[in-house]
Amino acid sequence: MWTKLANPSFFLRWSGAAVPWLAALAAALLAVGLYMSFVLAPADYQQGETVRIMFIHVPAAWLALFLYATMSVSAIGSLVWRHPLADVSQKAAAPIGAAFTLVCLVTGALWGRPMWGTYWVWDARLTSVLVLFLMYCGVLALWRTIEEPGRAARAVSILTLVGFVNVPIVKFSVDWWNTLHQPASVLRLGGPTIHPSMLYPLLVMALAFTALAVTLHMYTMRTEIMRRRVRTLTLLEAERLDRRAAA
Amino acid sequence: MSRAFGALLARDLRLAARIGGSGVLGLIFFLMIVTLVPFSLGPDLNLLSRIGPAILWLSAVLATLIGLDRLFQADEEDGSLDLMIASPLPLELVVLAKGLAHWLTTGLPLALASPLFGLLVALDLTGMGAMVATLLVGTPALTFVGAVGAALTVSIRRGGLLLAILVLPLMIPTLIFGVSAANAALGGTVPFLTPFLILIALTLITVVIGVFAGAAALRAGE
Repeated sequence: MWTKLANPSFFLRWSGAAVPWLAALAAALLAVGLYMSFVLAPADYQQGETVRIMFIHVPAAWLALFLYATMSVSAIGSLVWRHPLADVSQKAAAPIGAAFTLVCLVTGALWGRPMWGTYWVWDARLTSVLVLFLMYCGVLALWRTIEEPGRAARAVSILTLVGFVNVPIVKFSVDWWNTLHQPASVLRLGGPTIHPSMLYPLLVMALAFTALAVTLHMYTMRTEIMRRRVRTLTLLEAERLDRRAAA
Repeated sequence: MSRAFGALLARDLRLAARIGGSGVLGLIFFLMIVTLVPFSLGPDLNLLSRIGPAILWLSAVLATLIGLDRLFQADEEDGSLDLMIASPLPLELVVLAKGLAHWLTTGLPLALASPLFGLLVALDLTGMGAMVATLLVGTPALTFVGAVGAALTVSIRRGGLLLAILVLPLMIPTLIFGVSAANAALGGTVPFLTPFLILIALTLITVVIGVFAGAAALRAGE
C-alpha cells in the first residue's frame, strides 16, 4: 500500500486531490490561530503585548526541527531504497525548513529587543538555531551545485544525516557556555507551566504551522516531480534530435 | 591490506612534501592569521594573552581548510580515485589513510608549532602546553569533518567555498571544547580534564563518522 502511494505518478494524482484541502485546512487553522493569539489571548503581565510574538516564534522553531527530521528520514529513504520520491521529499523540505528557521530567528530577535534589551545574544538556544540555519544553507547550496538529480540526492543525504547526528552534539556543546534563554515550558515533565489562555492559541498555531508546512511540502514535491519530468523529456528530445541529425 | 594502507599513506605524504608543500603553507597561513589579530584588536598583551587560545584555535580551524578541497579532487581528476575505489582496500580505509596524511601535514605541524605562535599572543608555559595538547587531540576531528566535505564536493570545480560552508558548522563543537579546555588549563572554575576528555571523545566519534560518511559520499559521487 505504501509502495503504491509512493509511486511518483500515483503520488501526483492523490496529492493533487489533497493539496487544496490541506491548503484550506491550513488557512482556516491560521485564521483561527491568529484570531486567538492576537485578540483572545491576554497580554502577559510582565511581557505585555510582545508575548504575542511567541505564538509565531515557538511554532516556527518546532517546524524548523520537524522539517530537518523530515529531511533526515527522507535521506534514509534515498540512501537505502534509492526511492525517487524520497529524493524529491528531501529537496522540497530544505527551503521550507530554512524559511521557518529564519522566521524563528527573526521573530526571536524582534522579541528579544524589548525583553532582553538586545536583538541578539550568544545564548545556547539562539546559537543552536543559528547553526541549524547554517546547516540548512549548506544543504541548499549542495542541492544547487550538483546538477545530476540522483547524485545530488545521495550527496545531500549524507550531509543531512551527518548533520542530524551533529545537531545534538552542537546543542550539547553550545549548552556548555550557558544561557539567558528560559528553559522549555510547554513540553516538559510535570505538565506545561504556561497558562491555558496562552497554551490553546499556541497549540492551534502549532497545528496551523504544521498544516502549512505539509501543504507547502507537498506542493513543492509536485513541482519538483514535474521539473524532473521536464528535464527527462528535454534530454530525450535532445537525444532524438541528435540521432536524427546523425542519420 | 595494511601494506596497501601504508602505501597510500606514504604516497600522500610524498605528494604533500613534493608538490606545494601544503604543511609549510598551512603554517604560514596560521602565522598570517595570528599576525593579523593584533592589528585588528590592538597590541594590548593582557587582552591578547586572555584570548590567545581562542585566536590559535580559530586559526587552526581556518588553516585546516587549506588543501581540503584537493584531498580527493586531485585523485578524481587523474583517475587514481577510481583505482582506489576498485582496489581491495575498503574505501573507508582509503578515506582514513588520506585523512591521516592530511592531518600529518596540517594538523600535526600546527599543534607542534603552536608554542611558537603562543609567544606572539603572550601565552605562558602552561598555556603553550595546553595549546599543544588540545590541538594535538582536536585537529584530527577537524580533518575528518573536512574529509566528509571534501568527498561530497569531489566533482565540483572550485568547490572550496562550498566545502567551507558545509563543514564549518560541523566544526563548532570541536572549537568550543578545544578553546574551553585550553582556557581551563589557564585557570578558571572548570577542571582541565572535563572539556579535554570531551574533546577526545568528539575526535574519536568524528573520525568514525568521517571515515564512513566520507566513503559513502565517494561512492555516491561515482
